[in-house]
Amino acid sequence: MIRAAGLTVSLPLAGALLLALVRQLKAAGWINVAVSGLTLTAALAVAVGVAQQGEIAGGGLRIDAFNVYLLVLTAFVGLTTSIFSRPYMQHVCNSGRTTERGMRLYHVMFQAFMFTMLLALSTDNLGVLWVAIEGATLATVLLVSLYRTPEAVEAAWKYFILCGVGIALALFGTVLLYFAAQHVVSDPATGLNWSTLYASAPHLQPSIMGLAFVFLLVGYGTKVGLVPMHQWLPDAHSEGPTPMSAVLSGLLLNVALYAVVRLKMLVDGSLAATASPHLAGYLLMGFGLVSFLVAGLFLHRQRDIKRMFSYSSIEHMGLMTFAFGLGGALATFGALLHMLVHSLTKSAIFVTVGHATHISNTQNIDHIRGLIRTQPAVGWGLLLGVVAIAGFPPFGVFTSEFLLLSATMQSQPWFTLALLTGLVVAFAGLFRHLHPMVYGAAPEGQQPVTANMLPVLVHLGLVLWLGLSIPAFLASWLDRATGLITGSHLL
Amino acid sequence: MNLEQLPHLQQLVLVLAAVVLFTSFALLEQTRLVAAIHAFAWQGVLVALVTAVVAVSGGYTHLYVSAALTLVLKAVLIPWMLHRLVRRLELDRHSDPLQRPALVTMAAVALVIFSYWLVLPIVQQALLFTRNIVAVSLAVVLIGLLMMVVRRQAVAQVLGFMSMENGLFLAAVSATGGMPLIFELGVAFDVLVAMVLFGVFFFQIRESIDSLDVDRMNRLTERGDDA
Repeated sequence: MIRAAGLTVSLPLAGALLLALVRQLKAAGWINVAVSGLTLTAALAVAVGVAQQGEIAGGGLRIDAFNVYLLVLTAFVGLTTSIFSRPYMQHVCNSGRTTERGMRLYHVMFQAFMFTMLLALSTDNLGVLWVAIEGATLATVLLVSLYRTPEAVEAAWKYFILCGVGIALALFGTVLLYFAAQHVVSDPATGLNWSTLYASAPHLQPSIMGLAFVFLLVGYGTKVGLVPMHQWLPDAHSEGPTPMSAVLSGLLLNVALYAVVRLKMLVDGSLAATASPHLAGYLLMGFGLVSFLVAGLFLHRQRDIKRMFSYSSIEHMGLMTFAFGLGGALATFGALLHMLVHSLTKSAIFVTVGHATHISNTQNIDHIRGLIRTQPAVGWGLLLGVVAIAGFPPFGVFTSEFLLLSATMQSQPWFTLALLTGLVVAFAGLFRHLHPMVYGAAPEGQQPVTANMLPVLVHLGLVLWLGLSIPAFLASWLDRATGLITGSHLL
Repeated sequence: MNLEQLPHLQQLVLVLAAVVLFTSFALLEQTRLVAAIHAFAWQGVLVALVTAVVAVSGGYTHLYVSAALTLVLKAVLIPWMLHRLVRRLELDRHSDPLQRPALVTMAAVALVIFSYWLVLPIVQQALLFTRNIVAVSLAVVLIGLLMMVVRRQAVAQVLGFMSMENGLFLAAVSATGGMPLIFELGVAFDVLVAMVLFGVFFFQIRESIDSLDVDRMNRLTERGDDA
């Protein structure tokens, strides 16, 4: 089984190397899809293995109930995005926004990015986790500036510098973590292994762990897009190619949050016996709530459609961060489910937005009009996607947000008010922009484009299914992950 | 602790670490890019020296590898790449004076004091004699950060970034006696790739705004959306 895990991680790497050699653009698009498909197959095999054995470890990788579901999700979104990006990037190339060299770079970096994501998720070594997350920045930064417009270059530079600084602070936190481990762990080679650290968490020096967590939270929090370190996120999302926005929002933010939660588990273990056992939780709650509320307000003043949805991503990441900070079985279960449905919905929305911007030839919200008239599939796709992300029943986002609200009501009732306000503000922000875009008269001469709505259909279908009934295997899966994180089960 | 009672090698480590901090200040104040690159190269040499001396006096054999890696990467390869880029971008004679040098220096001094305060719990816990330089390394990190904030020139910002990396490496050496080798190799690889990408970006930025003054990249603000 560990072989399947190794395969999941190494397939995208092999794919990236292969794509660097392929010169035919058409073939490259298909190879990209094929490699992503194989990766998903391998990830599913890993999932079966974890379901049978509970945990797979070896060769520096370690996969348990928590990361296996993110592994499958990452591979799945990778596959659907590669299916979407094949014709989409072809269109971009034909319209002259990028060159053939740019296309090759795109395909190589797409797989390289998938490699870093899957490595970050499956590694047991916190140092390798850091290297992989930094690698994700390096893989995507050239893609943000792919179109070479002044805005794109500016966005990429901002992304590079801000994430570089953030990740440097996370490195300092990792050094502190290793320092704390040295007093406890005898073998220095395993001193950064999460499993070793988790086993000896109660003996780790609390004052150092607290300090380390602050650095790690600020560092990885930059990647999660937590306010006030979020500045890079709307720029990178709005200026990069749309498939990149889909995987950045759907995957990178999740993986960074995954890193934060893993580290919180260590810090909680270390601080349990001190005067402030919930330090990490309170920090997450604070950062999460501020991100949630601020991003909701910013939704209102956006003029660029991709920028608007990237603020919506910040908002949802804030909500999840808050929920993980809240702790407890119910909140954690809700947050895990929310990670899943948010990824699926948000990447579906970005796919639709990509088509919408091709129809109207602009990303400016004021000039995108009458989508349903021009191309009903895209118009309805966008409408349903936004309905889902805003948390309407019967979609899955409603279920997870409902769970999160109940959990908040249970342990911190006053925060429910803030959460409800934030949800309403965000809802209003999304819909005031959405309404004229999908309804209303289409500008003259607006033509439909060839759109591949299959990924959207599959994603929204899954989100709908999760909203109507969560299948038993998934529920027990998430419950096992909840058990790992909080020590108590929900079901 | 009484510094005079330490063995000579350990005293040497402390002196070298102090000089590393000094190069941070020198880097912050340089107005000419070429001079700043030289200051950065010297910082790399000194960090490698600190590592080597810690390896000798503490008997950490794996630190020799780290020292060699740092020397090659931070003192030779990256300064050489930057030097070449600056020449190709014809910025040899470019000077970029600080807006308020006195204020920036005071801020850097404040950061050093802040670092000493922040690492108190570590200093109390540390087993190694190098605990005194944990604060120095954090100060180098923070001064690098400060440099990225106050400098408007893209090359100077990259120097700040790389100097932060130096500080982080020094922290790893001084607090823990070196991280696991796989981790150090991964970090070195990331830094090298980052440097190559920075080079690509210098050209992209110059192509788009006709200068490397990143303050002039201000299209993407919340209000500038309609521009």
